[in-house]
Amino acid sequence: MTELIIASIMTMMTAATPLVFAATGELVCEKSGVLNLGVEGMMLIGAVFGFAATAITGNAVLGLAAGGACGLAAALIFAVLTLTLLSNQVATGLALTIFGTGLSALVGLDYVGDTIDQIRRVHIPVLGDLPVVGRLLFGHDPLVYLGIAMLALTGWFLARTRWGMILRAVGDSDISAHAIGYPVIAIRYGAVAFGGAMAGLGGAYLSLVYTPLWAENMTAGRGWIALALVVFANWRPGRVLLGAVLFGGITILQLNAQAAGLGIPAAFMSMLPYIATIVVLVFISRDAIRIRLNAPACLGRPFRADR
Amino acid sequence: MRKTIRLAALALASAMTLAAGTVSADKLKVGFIYIGPPGDHGWTYAHDQGRLMIDNMLGDHVETTFVEGVPEGPDAERAIAKLAETGHKLIFTTSFGYMEPTLKVAKRFPDVKFEHATGYKQADNVATYSARFYEGRYVQGQIAAKISKSGIIGYIASFPIPEVVRGINAFMLGAQSINPDMKVKVVWVYTWFDPPKEADAAKVLMDQGADIITQHTDSTAALQAAAERGIYAFGQASDMIQFAQDTQLTAILDNWGPYYVKRTVDVLMGAWSSGDTWHGMGPGMVGMAPYTNMPSDIAMMARATAESIRTGAFHPFTGPIYNQAGELVVKAGEVAADFPMLATMNFYVQGVDDKLPE
Amino acid sequence: MLRLEARATQSAAAAWLSPLFAITLTILTGAIIFVLMGKAPGPALYIYFIEPLTSGSGLSEVAVKAGPLVLIGVGLSLGFRAGVWNIGAEGQYIAGALLGSALPVYFYQSTSPLLLPAMLILGMLGGMAWASVPALLKTRFNVNEILVSLMLVYVAELLLVHLVQGPWRNPQGWGFPGTRLFPDAALLPVLVRGQRVHLGTLIALLVPLLAWFVLARSRFGFRIRVFGSAPAAACHAGIRPTRMVWSALLIGGALAGLAGVIEAASTIGQLMPKISPGYGFTAIIVAFLGRLHPLGVLLAGIAIAVTYIGGEGAQISAGLPKAVTGLFQGIILFYLLAFDLLTRYRLVVIGRQGSRA
Repeated sequence: MTELIIASIMTMMTAATPLVFAATGELVCEKSGVLNLGVEGMMLIGAVFGFAATAITGNAVLGLAAGGACGLAAALIFAVLTLTLLSNQVATGLALTIFGTGLSALVGLDYVGDTIDQIRRVHIPVLGDLPVVGRLLFGHDPLVYLGIAMLALTGWFLARTRWGMILRAVGDSDISAHAIGYPVIAIRYGAVAFGGAMAGLGGAYLSLVYTPLWAENMTAGRGWIALALVVFANWRPGRVLLGAVLFGGITILQLNAQAAGLGIPAAFMSMLPYIATIVVLVFISRDAIRIRLNAPACLGRPFRADR
Repeated sequence: MRKTIRLAALALASAMTLAAGTVSADKLKVGFIYIGPPGDHGWTYAHDQGRLMIDNMLGDHVETTFVEGVPEGPDAERAIAKLAETGHKLIFTTSFGYMEPTLKVAKRFPDVKFEHATGYKQADNVATYSARFYEGRYVQGQIAAKISKSGIIGYIASFPIPEVVRGINAFMLGAQSINPDMKVKVVWVYTWFDPPKEADAAKVLMDQGADIITQHTDSTAALQAAAERGIYAFGQASDMIQFAQDTQLTAILDNWGPYYVKRTVDVLMGAWSSGDTWHGMGPGMVGMAPYTNMPSDIAMMARATAESIRTGAFHPFTGPIYNQAGELVVKAGEVAADFPMLATMNFYVQGVDDKLPE
Repeated sequence: MLRLEARATQSAAAAWLSPLFAITLTILTGAIIFVLMGKAPGPALYIYFIEPLTSGSGLSEVAVKAGPLVLIGVGLSLGFRAGVWNIGAEGQYIAGALLGSALPVYFYQSTSPLLLPAMLILGMLGGMAWASVPALLKTRFNVNEILVSLMLVYVAELLLVHLVQGPWRNPQGWGFPGTRLFPDAALLPVLVRGQRVHLGTLIALLVPLLAWFVLARSRFGFRIRVFGSAPAAACHAGIRPTRMVWSALLIGGALAGLAGVIEAASTIGQLMPKISPGYGFTAIIVAFLGRLHPLGVLLAGIAIAVTYIGGEGAQISAGLPKAVTGLFQGIILFYLLAFDLLTRYRLVVIGRQGSRA
């Protein structure tokens, strides 16, 4: 039984990692006041270009970097449209998702059925051989650790650095921040770009580690769940990890329940992650005051310097 | 394999006779409707290989076209009709969900011949065809029983349709013929092709103790997830050995080429007629990839079983067969009938620990 | 030096120009993409955008494809005007198809002339029911409707699969997923013999006209327009936000559900595991391309339908992959949003002293 629990937790961590990356990026983006709904599209772009780069160069690390870079580039399109051309953030985010889905499908055509050498788990001697703890703490693939590290770094940046505080100020009251003299638009560009890079990395994780394959639409809604995660986490990085493991875990749990022969119709089990997301959102959103304290006040509103 | 070559040679000979005789100036246009991309290395890939065989053997007289990624439903009707409108005289629709659209278009174009894969409705100009994949599953089941140490098989299933259920049952019967206490854990992923989900299913099955993974889905993800942990697995629809060099045991091969060539030649010679074709290893429509990563005695056993199925000496669904409730559904010594039992199979054999939807 | 200056009112000229700009630029970008893929741009563009309109069967297919896009698009456009982001129209489409098709599934031998109207009404109710969940959660618990409506899409898809595989499965269907074929009384009649254009297509043509009338002439339409463009003023005028949210989602759900049952009762003729190639999401593009105006949505739906049909033709005649169509749709939306700027702001030339030149 312990073996099953350990193994399941290991699998849940891999399922959570793409969500951790994407949600971390979106959290920073939203903290600066920008709502980018294009996470799904950016993840797919990261997945396909990361895979292509790895297939061409044979180097998976390069592939990861490429995935992140392309996610960043896609986010910049969004940034130009929403921050400079002042287009509606919701519509532009949707457009990014649709564009990302289409572009990745097109680019990925040449790579369907191809495979690459996937990034494997690293074995740490001594520490990794400890019973139970050894695998749980030291047995994951390197990107699980990178995701958690990025999350921790983000939390530290937002809470403890000057620029993190400025970013939060920009998200809470862009006009005041501008009055003080902070470059609102530039900061938002940076936040959006970071969000894109993280989403791209999360997507590349899917096609380089999760499965060494590319398939159209392979994110299967993870980008949207990442968006929900940011709300679930009340815009606090610590809760993002918890949420990611929970949501990643539910998918794994329902498959486990099937394999264990619990007898619940498989279709209903498959609905669990989505219904769970809604239920959690309801509970979180009911506490309107808590939300108002943590949500960036200017979320979604375009900023114009001369207003 | 020999039967395949014979069939292919027959096709070639017919083609050359045709060349020597009266030949129309225009090439015959043959169209294909695919549900996925030819690069999937699975279902569609195998059909496309069949199409390429037509190109290779009959290229002087035939021109093939394909439309990929056609969703089942009203879009399919339009795509099939487009092929019919643009002069294609033989059209293969390679997924069950194309059944009604194929029939509708066939009514509008009575002089075009249609071949619908895995369907059950025919018409004067619509034939159906499918392959007895379950024969390969039986062989796989035997191999799994011999190799597995935990006695638990992980089965990644797509949709609870008869073909998939047949596969699970045949696999179990094969496994039980070696070890009556074999267990199989089934996970339904409700997709034919979704690599991350297939990988998840494989991981979960392995977490729960399965040490052989088999699938009725199309990507290589499950095989690769198993390979990462050193777990043996079976490939699906095509030889996937390059994706798991040390852990693929074998794979069921969908060998559509000879049938496609034969039907094309039939049209060329004006001898095409409707009907239902359900071929297995005998006529070479189902094959097994080379047996790898196993001791030679197990490989020999597998070869022997496959040969006995191929010659018709043995049928995987030979009684006595009991269903999950313990009732005898096929008497000892008898063979399950194609219709209705095999074709509409929606029950599990005894020993499968899962529930099918009502 | 150029500067952006807000316009007092939206520029009507720009409102109509921006879709045209967007389409033109998309076509140019398309030409570049084709060249990069090694295909001759001229013939490819012709196949994509012109050829579908050159034959009777082409026009019929465009109309058939545009139908659900227009229906859902009109519903979405009303909602988007009110600032209600219904992203789950795909789920409402399926829910409508499910509820509406329950009748022919259970009464599969019926010949009653009431069957079809009842199905259409049930379809709308089904879509409305599915849309009422995000409406309730938004108005009562302040939950973002984007995420709720989207999650419900996945739930609806799985529910459909479960039903056609289990309780609603055709007993004579050899165990394959799918309901019985609907009886003739449950099928929408075809309007032109030999083609597929059917009564549902006609409904899809009339609904935008109806919506236009409602939007322009009725009090309700006035409220929507005010609420969307000036929510603060709307509040003062007594227009309650909760009412708006409910109306927007229910209308969107009703129209999406109607589209769903129409498709099931016409081109599909039964329920199967997949009954939509993503209409609910493509309709979002259609709504924006149509500038959220019912007549615009009608034109936009036709334009997008042309690219779909053209895309299939391009696969057959030019060897272009299916994925190009999806890419085009994304690009159109980007260009549109970029030009959107011009409707709300104008470019002004400023002299060096900071005064207008």
